[in-house]
Amino acid sequence: RMEERRYRSVSGAPVALRRRQHSASCRELAVRCPRLQLRSLSAVSSAVWLAAYGLFVLSENSMVLSAAIFITLLGLIVYLHFVKIDQESLLVIGSLGIQVTSSYASGKESTTFIEMGQVKDVVINEAIHMQKVIYYLCILLQDPGDPQGVSEVVPLFQSSKPRLDCLIEVYKSCQEILEQRKTGPQSS
Amino acid sequence: MVLKVFFPSCCSSAESGILIGRWISEQSSAVILAVVHFPFIPVQVKQYLSEIQRVTKVSVSVLGSWSNSKQAKEESLSEFLEDLGTIFSHELWIQISREGNSKFWSCSTLQKHSDHPKEEEIILVYYDQRKVMLSHLHPPLETAASPDQKADDASKLSAIFDTVAKSKTLFLTDRYDDGPIKLTHWQSDGVEASIIVELMKQASVPACMLLTFLLSLISGICRSRVLKVWPLSFLWSKLSTCEQLGHRLQHLQVISSNKKAQNQTQLMRKANIFVSLLIDVVLGMLLMSWLYRKNRIGHLADTLIPVADHVAEELQDLLQWLMGAPAGLKMNRALDQVLGRFFLYHIHLWISYIHLMSPFIEMILWYVGLSSCLGLTVALCILSDIIALLTFHIYCFYVYGARLYCLKIYGLSSLWRLFRGKKWNVLRQRVDSCSYDLDQLFIGTLLFTILLFLLPTTALYYLVFTLLRLLVVIVQGLIHLLVDLIDSLPLYSIILRLCRSYRLAAGVKFRVLEQQDGKPLRLLMQINPLSYGSVVQTYRLPTYSCYPKDSWTSLCKKLFLGELIYPWKHKGEKQD
Repeated sequence: RMEERRYRSVSGAPVALRRRQHSASCRELAVRCPRLQLRSLSAVSSAVWLAAYGLFVLSENSMVLSAAIFITLLGLIVYLHFVKIDQESLLVIGSLGIQVTSSYASGKESTTFIEMGQVKDVVINEAIHMQKVIYYLCILLQDPGDPQGVSEVVPLFQSSKPRLDCLIEVYKSCQEILEQRKTGPQSS
Repeated sequence: MVLKVFFPSCCSSAESGILIGRWISEQSSAVILAVVHFPFIPVQVKQYLSEIQRVTKVSVSVLGSWSNSKQAKEESLSEFLEDLGTIFSHELWIQISREGNSKFWSCSTLQKHSDHPKEEEIILVYYDQRKVMLSHLHPPLETAASPDQKADDASKLSAIFDTVAKSKTLFLTDRYDDGPIKLTHWQSDGVEASIIVELMKQASVPACMLLTFLLSLISGICRSRVLKVWPLSFLWSKLSTCEQLGHRLQHLQVISSNKKAQNQTQLMRKANIFVSLLIDVVLGMLLMSWLYRKNRIGHLADTLIPVADHVAEELQDLLQWLMGAPAGLKMNRALDQVLGRFFLYHIHLWISYIHLMSPFIEMILWYVGLSSCLGLTVALCILSDIIALLTFHIYCFYVYGARLYCLKIYGLSSLWRLFRGKKWNVLRQRVDSCSYDLDQLFIGTLLFTILLFLLPTTALYYLVFTLLRLLVVIVQGLIHLLVDLIDSLPLYSIILRLCRSYRLAAGVKFRVLEQQDGKPLRLLMQINPLSYGSVVQTYRLPTYSCYPKDSWTSLCKKLFLGELIYPWKHKGEKQD
């Protein structure tokens, strides 16, 4: 019921895709981003403290050191709580909707639920990002006035940015469930 | 389609009975509101349901049966429950059963009038009834105004929230009531009420009436003819304190009105205004106590005159510098002296006026400081007005400089056209060619040369005074920004989002609970609260000032041409 596979992200970092099937019409797909590295953390804090010590030697004011400590702590807290995303997951419940969750390194989770009536389709799009062309998965929302129109595009997995092979797996899983809603009402 | 059953988590341990709720056929979902226990008489149940339907306008019906057997499975009960399905007419009869204390329930459906029984999947969604009832879904849909019936059920979630919220009367009966029907729902252990809230509700009616009476008195005085005489009305419109007081008066009128709030938005607005006023007055009182302790206001008044003197001296130094050779530029001596002496005399008048007022300053300031008990915003507006009055001479200098410069620019542009043999056609609003006489050309060229060579001097004076004026405008603008922030921040909504986050819902989120093979899918529906940014945006109170209506390019153009700028315009003032 639960399987995990490793893939690579667009920038080459390793990501892991975890698939779980809860029932015939409910699937959870989670992409885990690479964790915070100890060496980058120590590199940044040493750089900040070296600069602060240099300023202290120049200005003979000890406030600089305490300010540096304060800034480092605050910056770390802000980074963990608002910037660093640990895992992005997609919960597809046929006939209810699609739920997109991002969990941050500090444990905070931000969730959005899109009802099935609003979902037109889930597709893989191409985009030009800096000097590369990358693929990303997105949900197309239905325009209430125009049955053929698309009112909004919701991109998924924006921090982990997995490569095409991972996206194809996710796409196939989603489409299996989305197809059920097209065939479902016809049989009743 | 997959059948979705929304089950309230408070009924998980209820005794066996039948389920009542609402069936939404378009989405194939059943919202269960309560469990009716044995013994009951079907006729009475039907009567009760039709009464509820009449009062709440929600189509409540019997949806199925619920069996909670603490001991081993009882066969007779299950047959009895199936037979009940024949008594209550409902297309799809839902049967939920729970054994012992197990988490995994079995759920099955019975189709009554179908030829092809199909195995459809069932999803069991648990929800917290009290939170869903009290919560308010954003963005709010306009109901009862749309002729399109389908629009009401367009969004599943709003249909569910609506159903639970409107069934308040159903939740008012608890198990201690002596009625023919015994229900289990979130309030079945006793109706919740708070003594303080009830007392405040009773006290608020006479308080509102008193407040309305006082406000009508005050607004009657304000509207009297005495205060509308020309010099006074001009003064009132220029002072920002009067604007702020009028704004707060309006707020008080909104709060003290007798009409009950029609919908959620109006209720939140009233609550926000009330909390904002309260915090404002509390902060104002704190400021007042700080100012009057140790006679700080006396010290403030004592330093006011020396500060004004200091500003005037600095201006005099500036003018002396301009009259010499400022920044190495060579000015036209005669014009320089004239302008410099004119402005110096103006400053001298201003200083004498301030010295005339100095004995009264302390007393005036003392009484004016008392008015900060009306609110911190009023105190800030008074500060802004005092700054405006103290820097009135800078404003005058700016106007003189700007008018002179403007005249010069217009003169120059018109004479430049004469130079090239063209003329401005006022009738057709365009530039036409024109043949001038020789003496016209001669005088025009002479005047043009004079104006051109006098341009740097005037331009420099204009530049200096415009910069000073802009400085004062920026300081006043910052104070007004702070006042606007205090005015428009919806504090009650923010505190509600902090403490009772389920009241303001942006949507829902689902959590998948433990599953077991063969049993229906179990989900927990929780409320996803609104983010703080959306809370502030949705519930912002409207303010009376609008921000600079000129874009940067038009502002620069006006400055270049010497037109007077009024960067902060208030709503309701005539546009010039």
